[in-house]
Amino acid sequence: MKEIRNPKAKGRRKSETRRPNHPAPAKTSFSAFDLRPSFGLRISALGLLLLCAFAVCSFAEEAAPAAGRFRFPPPEFESGYKLPDTTTPPARALVMQYVDVAVFLGALGLATWLTLKKRSRRGIVALSVFSLLYFGFYREGCICAIGSIQNVALALFNSGYTVPLTALIFCLAPIVFALVIGRAFCAAVCPHGAIQDLVLVKPVNIPMWLEHALGVLPFVFLGAGLLFAATGSAFLICRYDPFAPMFRMTGSFLMLSIGAVFLIVGMFIGRPFCRFFCPYGALLRVASVVAKWRVRTTPDYCTQCRLCEQSCPFGALNEPSIPATPVVRSDERRRLVRLFLLTPLLVVGIGGVGSLLAGPAAKLHSTVALAEHWLHHQKTPPEYPAMDPDLLRLKRADKDPKQLVSEAAAMRAVFIRNGWLLGGWIGLVIGAKLISLSLRRTRTDYEPDRGACVGCARCFEFCPNELVRRGLMPASAPAPPPAAKT
Amino acid sequence: MDTNPQPNPPKPPVSRRQFMRDGARATMLVGVGGLVGLLAGRHASNGFVWQIDPAKCVRCGLCATSCVLEQSAVKCVHTHAICGYCRLCTAYFVPEPNALSTAAENQLCPTGAIKRSFIEDPYYEYTIDEKLCIGCAKCVEGCNRFGNGSLYLQVRHDRCLNCNECSIAKVCAGDAFRRVPVDHPYMLKSTTSH
Repeated sequence: MKEIRNPKAKGRRKSETRRPNHPAPAKTSFSAFDLRPSFGLRISALGLLLLCAFAVCSFAEEAAPAAGRFRFPPPEFESGYKLPDTTTPPARALVMQYVDVAVFLGALGLATWLTLKKRSRRGIVALSVFSLLYFGFYREGCICAIGSIQNVALALFNSGYTVPLTALIFCLAPIVFALVIGRAFCAAVCPHGAIQDLVLVKPVNIPMWLEHALGVLPFVFLGAGLLFAATGSAFLICRYDPFAPMFRMTGSFLMLSIGAVFLIVGMFIGRPFCRFFCPYGALLRVASVVAKWRVRTTPDYCTQCRLCEQSCPFGALNEPSIPATPVVRSDERRRLVRLFLLTPLLVVGIGGVGSLLAGPAAKLHSTVALAEHWLHHQKTPPEYPAMDPDLLRLKRADKDPKQLVSEAAAMRAVFIRNGWLLGGWIGLVIGAKLISLSLRRTRTDYEPDRGACVGCARCFEFCPNELVRRGLMPASAPAPPPAAKT
Repeated sequence: MDTNPQPNPPKPPVSRRQFMRDGARATMLVGVGGLVGLLAGRHASNGFVWQIDPAKCVRCGLCATSCVLEQSAVKCVHTHAICGYCRLCTAYFVPEPNALSTAAENQLCPTGAIKRSFIEDPYYEYTIDEKLCIGCAKCVEGCNRFGNGSLYLQVRHDRCLNCNECSIAKVCAGDAFRRVPVDHPYMLKSTTSH
């Protein structure tokens, strides 16, 4: 603006000379003169003189392309009035993101040390409270590792989007930790896990068949979330996050009440979201199966005292296996072969179902939704056309409806392909689950399941050997007396 | 599985299962490393934030109600360099006002967030009180339809949580929300680009 104004700093009422060149704002209820009722009266002799003197300057400005674009040219002030600047409050400083990453990695390391080395339930609880306060209520559930997998998926399949380094670290660090030492992230770093772990007051064990059946859901959610993110249509995992609205203390009534239901159920059933819905937990579960080091109930060796049998509220403690008779073994082998044959059928069958459901699901994509809306409008024009937001959008987006429809058709084809993929994935997960349940494992001790154990450190205190290690019980105690349970 | 279970094995020999586990772990670690390599080359910027393109905004008013925050992170901003400083401001006054005064019944803004002050005859300055602004875009509509368009909506980054899925972008009638680099987080109008 300054460069335009400076050459004629004293040229007052420039707007007057320009007025005839300005198109009057047509089809409005105001004319230009209504809006400036008084300016015609203010022309002084001096003003006229100055006008003549600076006529050349003003003419030059008239010719400038920028000048003609305003209905009401910005005025020249005589009173020394200074234009206020438009404020631009900055986004959260980048350095704070690195603070987040440092806290995150520190908390992961601390959780590892607390579960594997210190074996302290109290420490885990303290770290959980910290994580809940920092990543939950202070950072308001964002940035979070669970959602960051979508950013990574979007960045992988969409060259227009680049994933921030912090999101990449939040996504991959817990996976690397899980590959080496198990689910340290779930133990005490994830605010979602922490809030559920802290409300668990009266654990009730649920039947194993239900546990395993519901255990398929996180993988379904994972596949759906990644596919929707990769196509750039929606961040499902964030949209249906039950706890983030709680951390923000605001959100849709539906998600807040789902969060409340999870917490109430979570008072009796340990970590329902982690076990039966969390897509990131599914990833970590797979990764921690092959972990180098693992959480063990006993610090040294298992005495088969069975005191820890009921200690795990998450159904993650496995009992020693019973040696199989040859008859049982051959039965199991036959079942395994059948399951291996069944899995491809599941993949294809559920894939087909997925491709059938993909059509309706495609409406979640904005382009498809807009095209559908337009087509519907063409088919049944409303009696009294009202400008609803969708039509307004089509009108102002300057999009050719034909092009829109063809774009939507292409997107729908992508969705149908993804429907096959997602259905196939679900079939594969169900097949893998059935096979893994049918595999015979030789287990001599009571030990936490590699995948399901979140490292909450609850079972440690049930082990008499642990009490010996802490010096709470004499080392010579041959068998744990019942009193040792407390 | 092939090895006989030992009563108290402090260090069992490497079994087939253990070997497979080591192999799978190594494969997954390599995979994670590959992912980092693939994406680290692409993370050119420091990240993205949401912003409204004023040229695409249709002033539908959804910004005021759709944000996850109780008070929307979207506010009206004012580029004074474009403003005509009109005495009868169509962003400030309701259509056909009783008088060109600051009386409440003449004001278009539902929260009275626009302050009108006299500068010099016949010019009046209009400033937005962000604490009161709810981002309803009523004034933006008035200014863009009849005036210079110096008022427009912007996501204010001191308030915005930068959600992964912006709940306003999801419903934005003009498709005006987009991710912009965090280095240039605002799309301000100016005299050269407006």
